[in-house]
Amino acid sequence: MSFQNKKSSTRPAGDRLVIKGGKVVNDDQSFYADVYIEDGTIKQIGENLIVPPGVKTVDAYGQLVIPGGIDANTSLHAPQKGLNPADDFYHGTRAALSGGTTTIMDHVLVEPGTSLLSAFDQWKETAEQRACCDFSLHLDITRWHEGLYEELETLVKDKGVNSFLFFMAYKDKFQSSDSQLYEAFGVLRDLGAIAQVHAENGDIIDEEQKKLLCLGITGPEGHVLSHPEEVETEAVYRAITIAKQANCPLYVTKVMSKSAADVIAKARKKGMVVYGEPITASLATDGSHYWSKDWATAAAFVMSPPLNPDPSTPQYLTSLLACGDLQVTSSAQASFSTAQKAVGKDDFTLIPEGTNGVEERMSVVWDRAVLTGKMDENEFVAVTSTNAAKLFNMYPRKGRIAVGSDADIVIWNPKETRTVSAKSHNLTLEVNILEGLELRGVASLVISAGRVVLEDGKLSVTEGSGRFVPRKAFPDTVYKRIKARSKMAEARGVPRGNYDGPVHDVISMTKSVPPTPTTRGPPCPKTQPGPRNLHQSGFTLAGAQIDDHIPRRSAQRIVAPPGGRSNITSLS
Amino acid sequence: MSDCRRQWNREDELPVYLAGPITTGPNQRKSFGMFSSVEGAFDSKTIDFDNYAVGRKGSRTPRSGSRERLLDTGDPVGKTPSEPREGSLTNSPGDREDARTGVEVRFSTEKESPDGKNERLLIKGGRVVNDDQSFYADVYIEDGLIKQVGENLVVPGGVKVIEANGRMVIPGGIDVNTCLMKPFLGTQPVDDFLQGTKAAIAGGTTMIIDHVTPQPEDSLLEAFERWQEAADKRACCDYSLHVDIPQWNESVKYELELLVQEKGVNSFQVYMAYKDVYQMTDSQLYEAFSFLKQLGAVVLVHAENGDLIAQEQRKILGMGITGPEGHPLSRPEELEAEAVFRAITLGNRVNCPVYITKVMSKSAADTITQARRKGSVVFGEPITASLATDGSHYWSKNWAKAAAYVTSPPLSPDPTTPDHLHTLLACGDLQVVGSSHCAYSTSQKAVGKDDFTLIPEGTNGVEERMGFVWDKAVAMGKMDENQFVAVTSTNAAKIFNLYPRKGRIAVGSDADIVIWDPDSVKTITAKLQQSASEYNIFEGLECRGAPAMVLSQGRVVYEDGNLQTQQGTGRFIPRKPFPDYAYQRVKFRNQVKNKQGVTRGIYDGPVYDVIPTPKYITPAPSAKTSPTSHQPPPIRNLHQSNFSLSGAQIDDNVPRRSGHRIVAPPGGRSNITSLG
Repeated sequence: MSFQNKKSSTRPAGDRLVIKGGKVVNDDQSFYADVYIEDGTIKQIGENLIVPPGVKTVDAYGQLVIPGGIDANTSLHAPQKGLNPADDFYHGTRAALSGGTTTIMDHVLVEPGTSLLSAFDQWKETAEQRACCDFSLHLDITRWHEGLYEELETLVKDKGVNSFLFFMAYKDKFQSSDSQLYEAFGVLRDLGAIAQVHAENGDIIDEEQKKLLCLGITGPEGHVLSHPEEVETEAVYRAITIAKQANCPLYVTKVMSKSAADVIAKARKKGMVVYGEPITASLATDGSHYWSKDWATAAAFVMSPPLNPDPSTPQYLTSLLACGDLQVTSSAQASFSTAQKAVGKDDFTLIPEGTNGVEERMSVVWDRAVLTGKMDENEFVAVTSTNAAKLFNMYPRKGRIAVGSDADIVIWNPKETRTVSAKSHNLTLEVNILEGLELRGVASLVISAGRVVLEDGKLSVTEGSGRFVPRKAFPDTVYKRIKARSKMAEARGVPRGNYDGPVHDVISMTKSVPPTPTTRGPPCPKTQPGPRNLHQSGFTLAGAQIDDHIPRRSAQRIVAPPGGRSNITSLS
Repeated sequence: MSDCRRQWNREDELPVYLAGPITTGPNQRKSFGMFSSVEGAFDSKTIDFDNYAVGRKGSRTPRSGSRERLLDTGDPVGKTPSEPREGSLTNSPGDREDARTGVEVRFSTEKESPDGKNERLLIKGGRVVNDDQSFYADVYIEDGLIKQVGENLVVPGGVKVIEANGRMVIPGGIDVNTCLMKPFLGTQPVDDFLQGTKAAIAGGTTMIIDHVTPQPEDSLLEAFERWQEAADKRACCDYSLHVDIPQWNESVKYELELLVQEKGVNSFQVYMAYKDVYQMTDSQLYEAFSFLKQLGAVVLVHAENGDLIAQEQRKILGMGITGPEGHPLSRPEELEAEAVFRAITLGNRVNCPVYITKVMSKSAADTITQARRKGSVVFGEPITASLATDGSHYWSKNWAKAAAYVTSPPLSPDPTTPDHLHTLLACGDLQVVGSSHCAYSTSQKAVGKDDFTLIPEGTNGVEERMGFVWDKAVAMGKMDENQFVAVTSTNAAKIFNLYPRKGRIAVGSDADIVIWDPDSVKTITAKLQQSASEYNIFEGLECRGAPAMVLSQGRVVYEDGNLQTQQGTGRFIPRKPFPDYAYQRVKFRNQVKNKQGVTRGIYDGPVYDVIPTPKYITPAPSAKTSPTSHQPPPIRNLHQSNFSLSGAQIDDNVPRRSGHRIVAPPGGRSNITSLG
C-alpha cells in the first residue's frame, strides 16, 4: 500500500489487537486470515502471524471481518428552519459505530450569504470536538455565483473537500437554476471534485405545495403528495443532462423511487459518469406511513425526496444496488424530535425533513440484499463501504482490509438478529421509522481507529476521538473517464471560405429590436443590465448600404456585391 | 449517400410493393391485423352516409361555426349551388380546359354545370382511404362539402366527373406547424401565406395551422388579428392559427381566455428555450399549463433546455466556432430529450395534454414513447426535415447550404434518425407530421454569417411533407395507407378539434380531398418548387408519391403539376376548446385524481419553539427569463442577505440535547399561525 497515513502517530497509542479466525471480506474477495492491528492501522494480514506478546486477541470464528462501513450522507449538524438536529455529531457517530459504520461523511450546509470556508471550519471544529468516529465533509452550496471559485479552490486544494452538493429543490431558498448548475459543474470538473445533487424539481414542488395547502391538506401526507415521484425523476434526468454537458461526474443523493433509479441506470448504460445513492429508509420501508392516523408517526417519515408510497420500491432499489446500477448506500441521517417536527403540525411544508438510519444501515442491506440472495458478501462490502471510499478518494485508507489501511474493522455476525426500536437505539430520537423491524446481521464487534468501541453490545466511545479525513481531488474511479473524455470532446469548427453572398440588410428597429429567436442579446427596452448579455456587443447590422436602391424580390434590401463585402467585421 | 440509397430503393422495391394494394380488385383491402375492416362492413356504412346526407342535411356533423358555415347551412337542399365566397371566385373556363388535358386523371364531363362553376363534382372509381379503413366508393361533392359517399350514387345532372381510376382518394393533408409570417428582425419569411399555401397545396396539404408569434411585449390578441388579416387576404387554403405565448404574466391570461372563447384558438405554444427572450421557468410553465388546461387548450411545447443552450453557445463562440455547425454543437440531442422529459413531467403534474412540436432526435422521440407507455397524454410531432434528412449537412463547406438547415431543435447528426422517427410514426408513438415550414432567404440567413446564433431558424418542408412520409414510410412498408392518412391529416384534425370537418372523407366533411398518386417519382429541387426560397434542404432527394389532384373546398386547385389557386380563398377555421381526443382522458383523470388529506385528531404533543426566521426575499434562482422578472442586476448580490443561521441563537447557551425549549401545553399552542 503506497499511501501515507499522516495523523496516526498523534493518536493515543491504539490497542494492539489481533483478530483471529475470521473470514476477511473485501469487495473483491474473501479469505480466511488473521489481522494484526497496531497504532490504528492494519499491520499484518495472513495466517500464523508473528505478533508481539501481550496482544489482545479477538476471536472471530464463524464471523466476517469486514471494512468498517462508510456512511456517505449524514446531516448531524445542519439546522433546518432554525432547528438543530436532535442528534448531533456525538450521538450520531455513536449510533453509527453501534451499527458498524466507522466513517461518516457529513453535509456542511452553507446558508446563503455565508462564506464556504467559515461554514466548513465551524463544522470541522464542532465535529472534532464531538465526533466519536472518523468523518469527512461534503459542502452544500446553496447559492452559486462565480465569486465562489476561490473558496472552492481553497477547499479542494487545501482543505480536503472534493464533493459539493447542489439543490435543485427548495425554491427561493437553496435552489440552483440550470445555468448555475452548469457553471458550477464546469468549475467542479476543473477542480477535480464530484458534483452531488439533491434532485427534485423545486418549481413544481412549490406549485404543488401551494395547491395542496389550498385544498386544505395540511398533514404529512401533503408532503408526499407535493413531492411526487416524477418530480424526482425529472430532476435526476435533468441533472444528468447538465452533468453530461459539463462533462462532470455526478452523484445523486437520496435515490428514493424506482423511476429515479431507472433513469440513473439508463444513463450509466449510455456511459455517463453518474452514481446513485439509495438510503436506509428507501431500502427498508415505504411511504405508506405518511397516511398514518398518528400525526407524529406520519411526520417522522417526512424527508425529501419522500419515501415512495409504492411498497415494491425497497426491493427494486435493492436489486439495482446488487447489480451495480446504484453504488453507495447511506443513511441521510437527520433526526428531528417529534416536538421539532410538530412545528409543522398545521402546515406540512414547515415540518423539518429528515429520518434516522445511520445505525440500521448495514443491517438493512445485509437483511434485504445478502440474505435474500440478491448480493454476496463482497458486494455487501462494496456498497456499504468500498464504493464510497473509492468515489470520494479515501481508498484504500478506508474501505478495505489491507496492510496499511486504517484499522476501521467490523466483525460481522450474520446469524444474529436484532429488532429495531426507539427504546434500544443509540439516538436521542424518540421515534424510529423502522420500529419493530427485525434485521438479521449485526455488528458484533467494531474497531475504530484501532480501538475496540463496541464489544458484547456495549459501546465505549470517546467524544472527540474522530479525525477529519481529508480527501484529495481527482479520485481515479471517477475522473479517469472524465479526463479521457475531456481530451476527446473538443468540438471543432468547419474551415470554410468567407460567405460572400448577399447579406440581408437589417434596418435598425425603432421600437424594440425584435430579437431573432436565437439572439438572446439586446432584448426588450426595459431589459436589465444583466451580466449574461454576451451578445450585446457593438455588433450592428444597420446602416446605409451600397445598393440600398436596388429592389429585390419581396422588397428585401440586400447587399450583394459578389466579392462578399459586407458591413460585418469578420470575426474569424 | 442518400442518393445511392434512393437509387437502390427505387430499383428494388418500388415495383414489388406498389403493385399490391393498388391493382387488386375492388372491395379488397390488405389486412393489416386484427383491426382491419370486415368484408362488406363499409357497405352499410356507405348507405348510412347517404341517408344521413340526403335526409337531414341541416343537421350534419356539428362543427365550429364560421361565417361561411352559416351561409352553407342556410342553403336549400343543394340543388342550387351556394354563393361563392368572396374571393373564392371559381375557375375560369380556361382552367377547366387545362383540367381536361390531364393525363392521369381524366375528366369526363358529361354536361357543363349550369353556371360554369365547379361546385358539383363526382370523384368516380377511386379508393377512399380514411384513417380507419379503405374502400372503393365514389365521392360526390357539392358546395365545398362531401355530400355522398358510396357506390352507384344518384347525382344530379351536370356534374363534373373525375375519374380516379382506382387511385387513392384521401383527406387533404393538414400541416399543423408552419410559420409563414414569423418576423425576423422586422422582415418576413420569403414564403408568406400566399407562397406557403401554394406550396402546401402542391404537396397535397389543404390546411395549415400557422403559428402566431408575437414578440414579448406584444398583445397576443393584436398579433392574432394581424395574422388573421394577412392570412385572409393571402392564403389559398383553409388555415387555422396557434398562438405562441412569448412570456407569462397576468395580462396574458385575459387575452388567452378571449382567444379561446371568442376567437377559435385552442392551442398555444410555450417555449422552454430562447433564454431571456421567450423562455419560461418551470413555475411559469406550471402556471401556464394549469391555466390552459382550464381553458381546454392544447399546450404546444418547444422543448429544449434554454439555459444550457445559452451556456453552450457562449462556450462554442468562445472557441471560435462561428459557422452553422455551432448550431447543432450548442444544441445537442440531450438538451432536447431533457426538456421533453421535463415538459411531460409538468404535463403529468398538471394533468394537461402536452404536444411536443418538432421532435428532431431519437432520444426525444423515445422519451415521448416511454411517457405514452406510462399513460401520459402527450403527442409528438416530427417534421419533414427530421423525417427526410439529417444534420450532417451542418458541416457542409458551403456556408449557405449549411445555414439553410438551421432550425431548432436542430436536425440530429445521427443519420439513422429519420428511419427511427418513421418507425415510431408508423406504430403510433408519434402522431402528427408537421413541416415547421419557415423559409428565410440565404441573404436573411447570412445575417448570422459570423455568428451562428444570429442565423434565423427555419427550414422548408410544407410542400414535401406528405411525399416524404409516403416515400420513407409507406413505400418502405413501415406504414399502411390508413396510417399514412392518420399521421398526415386525421390525427392532427382530432387533436386540434377539426375532426370530422377535416381529416376524413365522410358525408358532411369539407371537400378537402387529394387524389394520391403513389407511382409518381420526382426529384426535389429548388428550381421546381412552389416555395420562394432559393434553397431546398431536400435538394436532389428523390421522392415517390405525390398528389395527382388536390381539391380544396370542393374546387380543383392542383392538377398534374398545375396550380389553380386563388389568393384569399382560404378561410379561417375556428377550433373549439376541449378536443375530445386530447381531453377525454384528462377529464376522467381529474375526477379520479382528487387528493384527500387524512383526517386525524389534532396533534397535542409538545411543539418546539421556533424563533421566527426572516423570510428570504430572494428572487428565485430558477428565474430564467430576465425580461419579466425583476431580478436585481448581479445575481451574486443575493448572497448579501442578512439572514444567518450560523450566528448566535437565542438558545445557544442551552446544551443541545436536553435543551429543547418546548412549549407544551396539551392544547398544542404554537407560535406559528395556523394555515389550515
